[in-house]
Amino acid sequence: MAEKMTGAEMVIQALTDQGVEHIFGYPGGAALPIYDAMFQQDFVQHILVRHEQGATHMAEGYARSTGKPGVVLVTSGPGATNAVTGLTDALMDSIPLVCITAQVPTTLIGSDAFQECDTVGITRSCTKYNYLVKRVEDLPRIMHEAFLIATTGRPGPVVIDIPKDVQFAVGEYYKPDSVTLRHQSYRPQVDGDAAAIEAAVDLMLKAERPIFYTGGGVINAGTEASEHLRELAELTGFPVTSTLMGLGAFPASHPQWMGMLGMHGTYEANLAMHDCDVMINIGARFDDRITGRVDAFSPNSRKIHVDIDPSSINKVVRVDVPIVGDCGRVLAEMVRVWRSKTNQPRTEAIAPWWAEIATWRAVNSLGYKNSDTVIKPQYAIERLYEATRKQGKDVFITTEVGQHQMWAAQHFHFDKPNRWMTSGGLGTMGYGLPAAVGVQVAHPDALVIDIAGEASVQMTMQELSTAVQYRLPIKIFILNNERMGMVRQWQDLLHGSRYAHSYSESLPDFVKLAEAYGGKGIRCENPAELDAAIAEMLDYDGPVLFDVIVEKDENCLPMIPSGKPHNEIILPDTANIGSIIDEKGRALV
Amino acid sequence: MNAHLQPTGSAYFITSETQEIERHTLSVLVDNEPGILARVVGLFSARGYNIESLTVSETEHGRRLSRITVVVTATPKVLVQIKLQLERLVPVHKVHDLTAEGASLERELALIKVAGSGDHRAETLRLADAFRAQIVDATVESFVFEVTGKPAKIDSFITLMQPLGLVEVVRTGLAAISRGPQSM
Ligand SMILES: Cc1ncc(C[n+]2csc(CCOP(=O)(O)OP(=O)(O)O)c2C)c(N)n1
Ligand SMILES: [Mg+2]
Repeated sequence: MAEKMTGAEMVIQALTDQGVEHIFGYPGGAALPIYDAMFQQDFVQHILVRHEQGATHMAEGYARSTGKPGVVLVTSGPGATNAVTGLTDALMDSIPLVCITAQVPTTLIGSDAFQECDTVGITRSCTKYNYLVKRVEDLPRIMHEAFLIATTGRPGPVVIDIPKDVQFAVGEYYKPDSVTLRHQSYRPQVDGDAAAIEAAVDLMLKAERPIFYTGGGVINAGTEASEHLRELAELTGFPVTSTLMGLGAFPASHPQWMGMLGMHGTYEANLAMHDCDVMINIGARFDDRITGRVDAFSPNSRKIHVDIDPSSINKVVRVDVPIVGDCGRVLAEMVRVWRSKTNQPRTEAIAPWWAEIATWRAVNSLGYKNSDTVIKPQYAIERLYEATRKQGKDVFITTEVGQHQMWAAQHFHFDKPNRWMTSGGLGTMGYGLPAAVGVQVAHPDALVIDIAGEASVQMTMQELSTAVQYRLPIKIFILNNERMGMVRQWQDLLHGSRYAHSYSESLPDFVKLAEAYGGKGIRCENPAELDAAIAEMLDYDGPVLFDVIVEKDENCLPMIPSGKPHNEIILPDTANIGSIIDEKGRALV
Repeated sequence: MNAHLQPTGSAYFITSETQEIERHTLSVLVDNEPGILARVVGLFSARGYNIESLTVSETEHGRRLSRITVVVTATPKVLVQIKLQLERLVPVHKVHDLTAEGASLERELALIKVAGSGDHRAETLRLADAFRAQIVDATVESFVFEVTGKPAKIDSFITLMQPLGLVEVVRTGLAAISRGPQSM
C-alpha cells in the first residue's frame, strides 16, 4: 500500500517499519526536515549526543549489545565528517549501522555550498555501502535496502546521504519486498558447503592437538551461534580460545576455556595455537594482532576457517578447509555431522594435549605482583569483576583503547555473548564512553561500565553530558596511570624509554569534572579502600566517573612483540622489555 | 572443493615474496549506477593493487549493467584477493579472471593521427594497409587511422608511425571476452 508523504516523513516511517526505537543524532540546517518529522511522532526516540563521533559509537554499543542495527542521524558537512571515525570503526569490527547524513539541496551539490561535503566520496571506503538519494521515489527502497545490507552477510555500516530538497519532496512511500530491492548482485552466502563441513569434521575426528580459535563472527551470528559453539566444544572436548572481539561467545568459566589469544593473550592460548595440529577458526580473520609473524604462525597445523566473508579466507594465512557461511549455521551443521559419526568426545586421544596445556596454564601468565601501597591496574579490574558478580544484574563492559583495554580483556570474564564492547580493528580511543551510553539506552536496567584510560576518556568525555540528560547510570572506571600507558610501553620496548609525548599532563580533576557535568565523582588511590569505593560507585543511581589512581609504569603482559612468533611471548616476570625486539620488529606496528 | 583439501603444507611455507607477478585480465559485471567506477578504482588504490588498463561501458541497457575490463598485475595470491574483494562490493554481479579461466580474446581500438607530405605519405599508407588500419579522416597533410587488434599490434603500428610524422594517439583500453559458447 503506497502512501503519499514527504521524504523526511519517509525516513521516519521506514525507521518505524524497521522497528527502530532509538536513534543517536545531532541536528543541523540540512537535517531539519527530518528532525521536524521526528518531532511529530513518538515511536522513534532520539538521543541527542554532544559530538557526532559519540553518536556513531553509541550506535555501535547499541548494536553490539542487542544484535540489532544501530542508527545515527547527522547533518551535512561537519556532521558527516565527524561521523567518519565511528563508521570506520564499525566497518573494521563488522558492526551493523545505518547512518543517515543530511546533504545540501541537489541543486547546490558541487557548488561548495555552506556545509557541503562530498559525503559519499568521503565515506565510500569506510562503509559497506553508501547512497546519495537524488529522487524521493528512490528513498523508500534505499532506506530498507540499507538495513538489509547493514545487517546481513558480514555486517557493517551503511550511509544514506539525503539532500534537503529530497527531504521536502513528496512521493509515494512503500515497503519493498526483498525481490524488488534493486541490488540483485547482493547475495551473501550463509550456508556452508556440505562437503567442506564433512571434511572439517573428518579432520577434527583425527586431531590430537586441536584448538578452536573463535572470533567476533560468532557474536555477529547471534546468540544461537554461541550455543552451538559451546555444544560443539563439549561434544569434541577441544580447548577454546578467542580473539578480543569474540570474548563472551564461549563462557570464561568453562573448563575448556583457554583465555584470549594474540598479542596480549595467555601463554596457554598462544602456545596451543603454535603447537596445534588442527586449528578450527570460527569467525575470526587471522588479524596481525593474532598471528604475529605470519611465516611462523602455527607451522604444523591443518587449518579450518569458517567465515561469512569469502575475502577473509586465504587473505593472510593459507587454510586447508575453507568454509564460507554464517558461523551459527556452520556450527550447527558441524554438531550434526559430528554426532552422525560418533557419540564420543576425543577425551582419550587428546589427553596428552590437555596435559601439555596444563603445564602452560601453570605458568600463570596473567599473574602480577600486587602491592599494599599502590593500586595495580590488574587488581582494580579483578576487584571490579568480583563486585559486579554480586550485583545480580546483567553486566556490560565497554572499554577505551590502551593497556586498560587489554587488562580488562584479561581480568574481566564473560560468560555470555554481547556483554563486551571494545574497539578491536580500528583501536579507537574515545570509543568506550559513548558505547556505554548506547548500551545503557538499550538495556536501561543493566550495569554498564566503561573501563577507561585517563587519556582515551578525554576524547569523548562530553558524552557524560548525554548520560546525565537521559538519566543513563553508566559507570566510567578510569585506570588513571597519568600515562598513555600503551604508548609508554612501546617506547620502553622499541625506543630506549624515550617518552616522547606519552605523559598525560594537566589532567582535569575528574571528581570535579563529574560534578560539573551533574554526575558523581569518586577518587581512590589506596588499595585498602578500593572495594568500598567500588561499592559506592555501584550503589549510586546515576552516572559515575571513578578516578582510580593506579601504578604508573606497569607493563601489560604477557606480550608477543610484533615480528615475533607465538612461542617467543614475553611473560610477566621479564624485567627489562627494552632489549627484546630487533631492528626489523621495530618497523612493525 | 576437494582440491582445497589436499595438504597445502601450511602457512609456514607460504610467503608472498616467493610468488611471481602475473598479468591478468578481469571482467567485472556491475550495476551501472553513480559512483560505481569510483568504488572499483577506490578499492584498487586503497588495497594497493596495480591497474594496467581499465575499460568500462554499459553493455546491457535494459538491466543497466556495465562491464568493466581491468588488466592487473599481481602475485597469484593477491589476484585471488582482488577477485574476492571485487565480488564483495554490493553492486558487483560477477567477476571472471579471463586469463585464469582459459582461452580468451583481447582487442583494443586506437585512433592515430599522422601528419606529413611527399614520400612519407606513401610509406604511411603502405604500412597502414599492412596493419589493416582504416583511414577515417584525411587532409592534404594528415591522416587519422583507426586500428583494432591486440595491444601489441597497436604498439608496433605506433612505433612504425613515429618517424613518419606521428602526432597524436588515443586508445580505448582493452575489451576482452572468453572463447567458446559460454557467457560470463
Ligand atoms: C584516536 C586514537 N589516537 C591515538 C591512538 C594511539 N594510542 C593507542 S593506546 C594510546 C594511549 C592510551 O592511553 P590511556 O587511555 O591513558 O590508556 P592506558 O594505555 O594508559 O591504559 C594511544 C595514544 C589511538 N589508539 N586512538
Ligand atoms: Mg593511561
